[in-house]
Amino acid sequence: MRGQVPILQVKNLVKKFGDKVVLNGIDLEVGKGKVIAILGPSGCGKSTFLRCLNGLEEVQGGDILLDNESLIGDSTRWRDVRQRIGMVFQSYDLFPNLSVLENILLSPLKVQKRQRQEAEAQALELLERVGLADRANDYPRQLSGGQKQRIAIVRALCINPEIMLFDEVTASLDPEMVREVLDVIAQLANQGMTMLIVTHEMNFAKLVADEVIFMEQGNIVEQASAEQFFSNPQTERAQQFLNILQF
Amino acid sequence: MLNSGISVLFEGINMLRIIEGLLVTLRVALVAVVITIVMGFIIGIIRTSKNKFVQLLFRVYLEMFRIIPILVWLFVFYYIFPANFDLNLSSEVVAFIVFSLWGIAEMSDIVRGAIISLPKHQVESSKALGLSPVQMYRYVLIPQAIKRTIPPMINLITRMIKTTALLTMIGVVEVIKVGQQIIEVNNINYPIVAFWVYGFIFFLYFCICFPLSRFSRKLEQKWAA
Repeated sequence: MRGQVPILQVKNLVKKFGDKVVLNGIDLEVGKGKVIAILGPSGCGKSTFLRCLNGLEEVQGGDILLDNESLIGDSTRWRDVRQRIGMVFQSYDLFPNLSVLENILLSPLKVQKRQRQEAEAQALELLERVGLADRANDYPRQLSGGQKQRIAIVRALCINPEIMLFDEVTASLDPEMVREVLDVIAQLANQGMTMLIVTHEMNFAKLVADEVIFMEQGNIVEQASAEQFFSNPQTERAQQFLNILQF
Repeated sequence: MLNSGISVLFEGINMLRIIEGLLVTLRVALVAVVITIVMGFIIGIIRTSKNKFVQLLFRVYLEMFRIIPILVWLFVFYYIFPANFDLNLSSEVVAFIVFSLWGIAEMSDIVRGAIISLPKHQVESSKALGLSPVQMYRYVLIPQAIKRTIPPMINLITRMIKTTALLTMIGVVEVIKVGQQIIEVNNINYPIVAFWVYGFIFFLYFCICFPLSRFSRKLEQKWAA
C-alpha cells in the first residue's frame, strides 16, 4: 500500500440475513487510488459486501474504517458517508421523473447545497467526458441502457466521492453497450479514483484492477494482484472459476 | 302522457331547486374530496412506514370503512353520537366528516400502494446519493407515485360523488331529496313525473361523473404508452 494508511479498511465484517451468514468475516484494506475487482460466483456475497460499505445493509459484526474512522455504530451519519463513497448499481436507477441534468444535480444541490452554476458546470464537464453532453435535457426513457448507465456514473461522480463502488454495472446491458460503460470506468482508474468493482467481465478486471479478491460463500478465498490472479491463481476454486469463464 | 310530466321540471322554481340540490351534493363532495386528497397523501406516506404499530393502526381504520357500509357510518354520526354522547352535528357536517374519513382511508391505500409499487432501486439509489428520507419522498418517490395514483383517485372521487345520494337518509337536502320533494307534490296530477325527475337527476350525475371517468381513462392510456 505504498506504506500509507489505507483509505478504507474492513475488519472481520459479518453480515447475516436471519440465520444465513452472507459475509463470514471479511478483511480488506484499500489503498488510496487502488482499483479492486471483486470476483466470484453468483450468491457469494460480493454485492452484499459492497452494499455494506455505504450502509445499505446493516452489518452484524466487524468494523469498517473510512480514513481511520469507524462507520459502525449508531452515530454514523450515513448520509455524509455516502457523499464520500459513491455507488452505481446494476439497474442504472435514474429517476424517470427528472431530466438527465436534474438527475445529476439533485444531490449536489439538495444534499450538498452547492451553487447551481458551479455544480452545473461540473455536471456538464462530466457529461462531456462520457460523451453525453448533448443529452443533458433528455429524460431517462429516451436513452439506451449504456447511456443510462454512463449517466448514473456521472451522477455518482458529481458529488465528488473519494471512493466509487460499482455493483455489476454492465450485467444487465446489451453486449454492444458494455464497452462504452467500461471505457468510462477505465478512464476513472487512470485518473486515480479509488474503486471497488464487482464484475463478471474478466478481461476488464484484468485490465483495470490493481488487485483482485475472489469470494465464495461469504469468504475471501483468494486475494492477489490482478496479474498474479489471472496468470497464476493459487486456489483450486479460483482456477475452476476462471476456467469456466474463459472458454 | 309522457310529455305531460316533463313540464313539472320547468314549473315555478323546480329547476332552480334541483340545481340548488345539485350544488349541495357537489359542495359536500368537493369539501370531502379536497380533504381526502390532502390527508390521503399524508396518511398514505405515513403508511409506507415499516413500523408495525403504525401499519396496524391504519389498517384497522381502513378496514372499518371498507367493511361497514357508509350508510351505517352516517347513522352512527347522525343518530348515535347525539343520543349517547350529546354531540349534535348538523347533517351536512356529518356528511363532511363521514365522507372525508372514508375518502382518506381509501386514498391513503391508493397512495401507499403507488409508493410501494415503485422499484425498490429508486429508494436505494436515492440513499446512495445521500438524500434524506424527506428529500427522497419529495423529489423522487412522490412525483413518480402521483402518476400512479391519479386514475384510481379519480375513480374514488366518482364513487364519492355518487355515494352522496345516501345523504338523503340523514336529511341533507341534496339533489335526490329535492327530486323526491318535487315528485311528492306532483305525483297525483302527473303520475309519470318520477320518470322525468329521476331521469333528469340521472342525466346530471352522468354529466359530472362521465367526464371524470373519461379523463382518467385518457391519462391511463397516455401514461401506459
